[in-house]
Amino acid sequence: MKRIALLGMPNTGKSTFFNRLTGAGARVGNWPGITVDLLSAKILVAGGMVEVVDLPGVYNLHGFSEDEQVVRRFLETQPVNLLVLVLNASQLDRQLALALQARQLGVPLLVLLNMADESRNLGIRIDVKGLERTLACPVRLMAAKFGTQFSEVKQTLQDALRDHPELTRVDPQAFQQDHRIEEALDRLVSESVHAPVQLPASLTDRLDRIMLHPWLGIPLFFAVLFLLFQAVYGLGTPLQDGMEWLLAHLKSAWLDPLLLHLPVWLRSFIGEGLYDGLGTVLTFMPVIALFFLAMAIVEDSGYLARIAFLADALMSRLGLDGRAFVMQLMGFGCNVPAIMGTRIMRSRGLRALTMLVIPFSLCSARLQVFLFITTAVFSPTLAPLALLALYALSILFALLTAFVWRGRYPSHEPLLLELPPYRLPTLRFLGFESWRATRQFIQGAGGYIVAGVVLVWFLTHYPFDVVPASPDTLAGRLADFLAPVFSPIGLDNLMAIALLFGFVAKEIVIGALAVIYSASPEQLSAILADRLDGVQAMSFLLFTLIYTPCLSTIAVIRQESKDWRLTLLAVAWPLALAWTVSFLFVQAARALGY
Amino acid sequence: MRIVIVLACSIVPKTLSEVLPGTAATIVALHVGQEYGRRMAGLGLRPGVSVRVIRISPLRGPLQVRAGHTDLILRRSDAARIEVRAVA
Repeated sequence: MKRIALLGMPNTGKSTFFNRLTGAGARVGNWPGITVDLLSAKILVAGGMVEVVDLPGVYNLHGFSEDEQVVRRFLETQPVNLLVLVLNASQLDRQLALALQARQLGVPLLVLLNMADESRNLGIRIDVKGLERTLACPVRLMAAKFGTQFSEVKQTLQDALRDHPELTRVDPQAFQQDHRIEEALDRLVSESVHAPVQLPASLTDRLDRIMLHPWLGIPLFFAVLFLLFQAVYGLGTPLQDGMEWLLAHLKSAWLDPLLLHLPVWLRSFIGEGLYDGLGTVLTFMPVIALFFLAMAIVEDSGYLARIAFLADALMSRLGLDGRAFVMQLMGFGCNVPAIMGTRIMRSRGLRALTMLVIPFSLCSARLQVFLFITTAVFSPTLAPLALLALYALSILFALLTAFVWRGRYPSHEPLLLELPPYRLPTLRFLGFESWRATRQFIQGAGGYIVAGVVLVWFLTHYPFDVVPASPDTLAGRLADFLAPVFSPIGLDNLMAIALLFGFVAKEIVIGALAVIYSASPEQLSAILADRLDGVQAMSFLLFTLIYTPCLSTIAVIRQESKDWRLTLLAVAWPLALAWTVSFLFVQAARALGY
Repeated sequence: MRIVIVLACSIVPKTLSEVLPGTAATIVALHVGQEYGRRMAGLGLRPGVSVRVIRISPLRGPLQVRAGHTDLILRRSDAARIEVRAVA
């Protein structure tokens, strides 16, 4: 099969071109020795299948950033028929450097000058024929976002593939030599690019005067974040509830009658293990889809880089950056999409640290538990204070975690980002992003989530002849065994079983407590108020706040990092912290006579 | 107060971090090491190029600079390692 690789600097619209060329069907491919997800798709060109691979955006071919090494590794190991280089037509003064480097690779080259509409508006004139002569390859202007001159580009692509039917490898020497290309670049630019000396003051300049204003910038940033949060969770949470309702409805109307003749344990396995596991995966879909839609808007519009500009002064002192801050705040809705969202960070260390920190954001699932227990156990004046304290502690432990682990996951990535002009995102391509992220979540994390739910089901239901979730089950015996661990933090065995359920998902803790105390949710309030004193309740809330947010969070940390050690740390560190904090709280409270 | 402003304006910037917002300077050399220097060159920061500082983020945050047709942001500590001279 023929193969095309797409190369280009960041912010050139390379991915937009990839989306327009390949449609929604692109998948994450596996390449030997490459750990970064590369999108690829198979398309039909002149009756033959062609594989198109979207390489990460790089500034040059000789550097040692992770992305640059990935691009080099790919080109060294995978032969291609054609290398398509996408450049931003209004930034040829620096981007043609990559064309000069790519020309030395010795593979057939096609250069596409994207965003031709923007460069024309800026008054930049480009001598395409002259560029073709100097670079000795076809050069085309286009605007991938609007599809301008796309048919001409496709025709050129087809011709180039016809002229180069053989897969060619890059010249292995090409990466070794780091020619001084500055002179060649200056000559090429002065010959073929004619730009006005002073670019006209653009709409972006005027907008930035407000959006990056020394006083207004930060409040506006929080306003944007608020809107984003509302758009994702204001819409996503009802959809999530709707999905849960639908799944419960399907179960009682359709699945339960079907399972009627099976043995009780098998019925429970299918109904409460497998089905609820699949249900857990499905209920995350609406928020993930909406989250990626919203984040793609923030990224494509050009605002994401501005967030880095506004928030970096504070975040760099913590070893994090502005993008980490956005994900941290979005984590207050749900940790799962926020962790997936860290893929916009290119530095591995920074990404790992952010993935460790996000689970401390008090998500809406934990909020449900906290609301229920605080209102059940505390007085109406004390309950809001307890909730406020939990929010404050959530932020405190996030900061503590960043502070403790920033040495283990350092970021060598200097902040050096392009501030692209504001652009309107295209709806169709946003849909692609969102669909891909949802599909990756189901494929990458779905299996682990179902397996985890089934495991907890087994622990809380085996042996099958005893009451589920009772002290006689495996979970009960486990809690018994762990009593020396839980009694110093003021929790009895039954509460410990509830915490085990909470590992699957925090929102089921209340339901689990109801099952454990064999009470209806209405009776549960009274039982909890009766059984727990304020100190025990607070200890339970603290532990719930800090320990492993949920199975799905762990599954996406593994999916995104592909690093079991980080995943293990993301379980062990919060557990240790949760126990220590609860222990100190209970012992201090008891010592003070509460 | 006026004396301070006059003095600040009369200081000739030696590094990019000393260039005042709204003014430009020419890059003389990058003292940042080969790897980071390559990245800077990729974004248009290389010796001989004229850069204009557009604005500086509050709380000693990053600088927004314009080199050629590209706007970019970089930290003050990194800008301090870019040697410049005043535009003639």
